[in-house]
Amino acid sequence: MSPAQDEDFVQLLTPSGARTSGEYDRWVEDVDDNVLMSLYEDMVVVRRIDAEATALQRQGELALWPPLLGQEASQIGSARALRTDDFVFSSYREHGVAYCRGVDLTDMTRVWRGNASSGWDPFEINMATPQVIIGAQTLHAVGYGMAIINDGDDAAAITYFGDGATSQGDVNEAMVFAASYQAPVIFFCQNNQWAISEPVGLQAHVPIARRAPGFGIPSVRVDGNDVLATLAVTREALERARTGGGPTYIEALTYRMGPHTTADDPTKYRDANELEDWAAKDPIARLAAYLEERGLFTEDFKASVKAKADDVAREMRAGCVNMAEPETMDVFKNVYSSPNSWLDRQQDHYARYLATIDDTAADAEGTK
Amino acid sequence: MSSMTFGRAINAGLRKAMENDPKVVLMGEDIGKLGGVFRITDGLQKDFGEHRVMDSPLAEAGIMGTAIGMAYRGYRPVVEIQFDGFIYPAFDQIVCQVAKLHYRTQGKVKVPLTIRVPFGGGIGSPEHHSESPEAYFTHTSGLRVVSVSNPQDAYTVIQQAIASDDPVLYFEPKRRYHVKGEVNEDIDLGAESMGSARVVTEGSDVTLVTYGPLVPTARDAAVAASDDGVSVEVIDLRSLAPIDFATVEASVRKTGRLVITHEAAQSGGLGAEIAASITERCFYYLEHAPVRITGFDIPYPYSKLEFHHLPDLDRILDGVDRVMGRTNSLSSLEG
Ligand SMILES: Cc1ncc(C[n+]2csc(CCOP(=O)(O)OP(=O)(O)O)c2C)c(N)n1
Ligand SMILES: [Mg+2]
Repeated sequence: MSPAQDEDFVQLLTPSGARTSGEYDRWVEDVDDNVLMSLYEDMVVVRRIDAEATALQRQGELALWPPLLGQEASQIGSARALRTDDFVFSSYREHGVAYCRGVDLTDMTRVWRGNASSGWDPFEINMATPQVIIGAQTLHAVGYGMAIINDGDDAAAITYFGDGATSQGDVNEAMVFAASYQAPVIFFCQNNQWAISEPVGLQAHVPIARRAPGFGIPSVRVDGNDVLATLAVTREALERARTGGGPTYIEALTYRMGPHTTADDPTKYRDANELEDWAAKDPIARLAAYLEERGLFTEDFKASVKAKADDVAREMRAGCVNMAEPETMDVFKNVYSSPNSWLDRQQDHYARYLATIDDTAADAEGTK
Repeated sequence: MSSMTFGRAINAGLRKAMENDPKVVLMGEDIGKLGGVFRITDGLQKDFGEHRVMDSPLAEAGIMGTAIGMAYRGYRPVVEIQFDGFIYPAFDQIVCQVAKLHYRTQGKVKVPLTIRVPFGGGIGSPEHHSESPEAYFTHTSGLRVVSVSNPQDAYTVIQQAIASDDPVLYFEPKRRYHVKGEVNEDIDLGAESMGSARVVTEGSDVTLVTYGPLVPTARDAAVAASDDGVSVEVIDLRSLAPIDFATVEASVRKTGRLVITHEAAQSGGLGAEIAASITERCFYYLEHAPVRITGFDIPYPYSKLEFHHLPDLDRILDGVDRVMGRTNSLSSLEG
């Protein structure tokens, strides 16, 4: 185990599903059986979304997909803590967060099918279009938080990024700005142990969460495979943000169970044993065990969750494969918000060019 | 001679450079154990060790800045930027430091750095993975910029770039990584300069200038044009800064017509530089204004539309028709 691993974290459910108690209990006091069951359902549904999207990629319906497998508790626990007027700035793997924000299922696959440059309207679900440039979104979240302060509002911004991202200048600058302005921002780092083929030890020689205090930002490490714990620490951070306490940094320890993306082959660089170790800490299995212990994991409940997951997957697949193809001339759209003489000329010339191609095709047709 | 893919040829060139000079070190994201996301550095860490093939933290400014520090101590770093669109976090280090150090120190500090950049589109990737940012760098004094189009040049030029005492951006057309070709591994690196353009196909009616990913497309266009009675001379620039204008000029004096094609956006691009320079140099030889066939002035589009953006055979032929004064897509605009 690298030095970056070896430290305590907040945990409310052990890997075998036993409920531990401690100072974070107060943040989940209201979590009753129904909430527990809905957290379970959300995790199962997003795992199903992930599996379906991976299958769609294998079938050639998507160009690429970055799987979230293994990170369900980090995403669902944190996203379920948010209010609708909070704003999310994520990277590309946060399908679970998008699901909690209420994203339309077709929109979930739009970018990965290559049909659009963004899947959804950020202002409809208060979630920015996912960020591919590693770490850039953290600064956007801080700026959003600075604007919240100016508005005298009590909303918060949350930014999701990976262990690899913590090496980027942008992420470190984001922490400087957040501390300086005491912005109501949550830095939610999903330390899934890998940045493509690079283990977290290459990015950090101490636990990542320990960096934040050096910037003047309180931080907490949490068991990222424990949905109750991620919910609890995010709620605490949100409370701080809403009451003028400034930013919080959360490091959620989790594991990328799948490849980096569907284009990646992790057997080239990581040990199968590691996967086994983490499989034993599965976020869904441990909540299932806890529900079982409480007598909630009934056949009826399991069947209803499965039915929901199947419905969602079916709807997403249908939305994906039936998605309208973009129009040719869309290639010129939305570069500017008002007419642009350079581009307008190119568009005009391209339309003329396409017309001659059509004529040529028609001529060829005619000579047959 | 051995037959190998474009990607393999770069790998072989890197290996040769590392064998010849212990100061050559490689750095980049995922280049070690994985061998890079395109496997260009495959096997090199295993053979040369972790001190010479370094997986770097995920920070492009960090990669570029520390490479400069290594150069100060006599190393020749070869850094990999994983995809074109990820070079921008390092832009400041490249433009303000890499490009200017030699000048700022009156030539005392050399930065013999090679920056490898898989670039260009056509592979169905999401945003930031298909860009053609070469003009930002050709516009920056102090940098040499090259782009290769075939396995032999890939093999030769990577070694010349590493041997260069000036910093070199080496743009690799990623959609051609799998193209195979013959490579002479014993080639004399001094025989032909990295800065020279190459006439790919000789012709007498039109000069078609390109580089990198569009060289094979231009060659196909020349074949198609000849079926139509037009003789096209294709020039592969190889060096984008400086450009070997002597070769282009000699060709245009012969043909009197110039078409330039690149994937990058048109405005402020390399095509503009070539058109202007050639017009200055041989205005009286021109039968028609130079024509540019390029990507549009748009962010690289999502993959379902990328083949509209990318110049293809038919668009290039339309450009050939324009300079030939034949019927073309813009005929109705010509008075
Ligand atoms: C600026 C930039 N550099 C490199 C990349 C290529 N890249 C995409 S994902 C990735 C690894 C990210 O790792 P991490 O931050 O841990 O997030 P994870 O993928 O594990 O969720 C890299 C290097 C990129 N997208 N942006
Ligand atoms: Mg990671």
